[in-house]
Amino acid sequence: MKPAPFDYTAPDTLEEALAVLAEHGDDAKPLAGGQSLLPLLNFRLARPAMLVDLNRLTDLDYARPDGNGSLRLGAMTRHRTLERDSAVARAAPLVAEAAPYIAHPQIRNRGTVGGSLAHADPASELPVVAVALDARFRLARAGGERWVEAADFFVGLLTADLEPGELLVEVELPAMPSGSGWAFDELARRHGDYALAGVAAVLTRDGDACTRARLVYLSLGDGPVRARQAEAMLESDGASDATIAEAARLAAEQEIEPSGDIHASASYKRHLAAVLTRRVLARAWQRAAEAS
Amino acid sequence: MSRHRVRLEVNGRAYEREVEARRLLSDFLRHDLDLTGTHVGCEHGVCGACTVLLDGEAVRSCLLLAVQVDGHALQTVEGLAGDDGELHPLQDAFREAHGLQCGFCTAGILLTLVPFLEEHPDPDEDTVRHALSGNLCRCTGYQHIVDAVLLAARRRRTADA
Repeated sequence: MKPAPFDYTAPDTLEEALAVLAEHGDDAKPLAGGQSLLPLLNFRLARPAMLVDLNRLTDLDYARPDGNGSLRLGAMTRHRTLERDSAVARAAPLVAEAAPYIAHPQIRNRGTVGGSLAHADPASELPVVAVALDARFRLARAGGERWVEAADFFVGLLTADLEPGELLVEVELPAMPSGSGWAFDELARRHGDYALAGVAAVLTRDGDACTRARLVYLSLGDGPVRARQAEAMLESDGASDATIAEAARLAAEQEIEPSGDIHASASYKRHLAAVLTRRVLARAWQRAAEAS
Repeated sequence: MSRHRVRLEVNGRAYEREVEARRLLSDFLRHDLDLTGTHVGCEHGVCGACTVLLDGEAVRSCLLLAVQVDGHALQTVEGLAGDDGELHPLQDAFREAHGLQCGFCTAGILLTLVPFLEEHPDPDEDTVRHALSGNLCRCTGYQHIVDAVLLAARRRRTADA
């Protein structure tokens, strides 16, 4: 339960951090909040030769709206900021609604946006919210950078589209289209524990028509699971109570891939998914009415 | 395997030590600074027993490296009572409401609650239970802990009034 030996450096600038990561390649591991990495080190499931501590890169700790209504989050922004910051609540209320579900208060004080996204845990809230909001991530490396869509970033279980030497440095959350409502909900055995099932929804409303739907699940597959058939059903039929029930059934029966564990069977998770889906869709649809 | 010099303040007192990079903050407090009031339960961020305040915010000391707190200020359970041994009002409420039995989880719970009560001076029971969600207690069933927190909050408000 103690980490294996490693070397440690805490660069003062992003450039230095990227240079060290480039030099050490696969042997180096960036350390952000450490709330997932430290357990892996303690269990010796991860044994990097070099830890590159990012906590001195305080200029990556920000949540600010930009001119075109997007919200930009620096990678070292703590979950606690998402929970408390009024700019986040205004520009990305779905993020603010999901943030209190991210683990426990002590974890939220340390855990970071970039760390959570890069870790790509299928039980994490932020990857799901990012996909639901069509987020984009800026990935920096020594001598360059690229942008990747959230939907393309999560490639599998605990696996993100990140090369050795690359660092997720910024998240861009575009403004939801006008007339949009949002909702997030999850169920865990104890608040803050890994969710048995969870879902984020964003619905854009024009009268009784649903012009755009996003429905994304956590803990029910290898990563964020987008229910595209249910989204298409909502976009074609609107979000009446009957359609919501039908979309929830479709998503829960056909679009998620729950695996049973000691806490809940796969069929119970499908049941939970349907219940949570009906709730978030109804809430998002109502909020969309208030927004239009 | 790199070694690093760490200078920090714990409960208002300055310390300086040299540590291996892999030294956990929880072990640093207990073994290098002899501050054994911070307890170590699971060592992977689940039980909350090792919770301390880092620059005023509750964190799990088993999920931080000692080298990371260089230049920072910590508070541990040893810093709660007054120099004359007078208990912190929260400790007093725990004693009175039987908020502990074996006491193993108590230090972490107290440190979790100090900033919580600053932020929530008048919490309801549900909010208290949420705040405690990151701390495991295997003795009390939590009811007396919740009672103690509500008692401490009530007294704190009366004292402020």
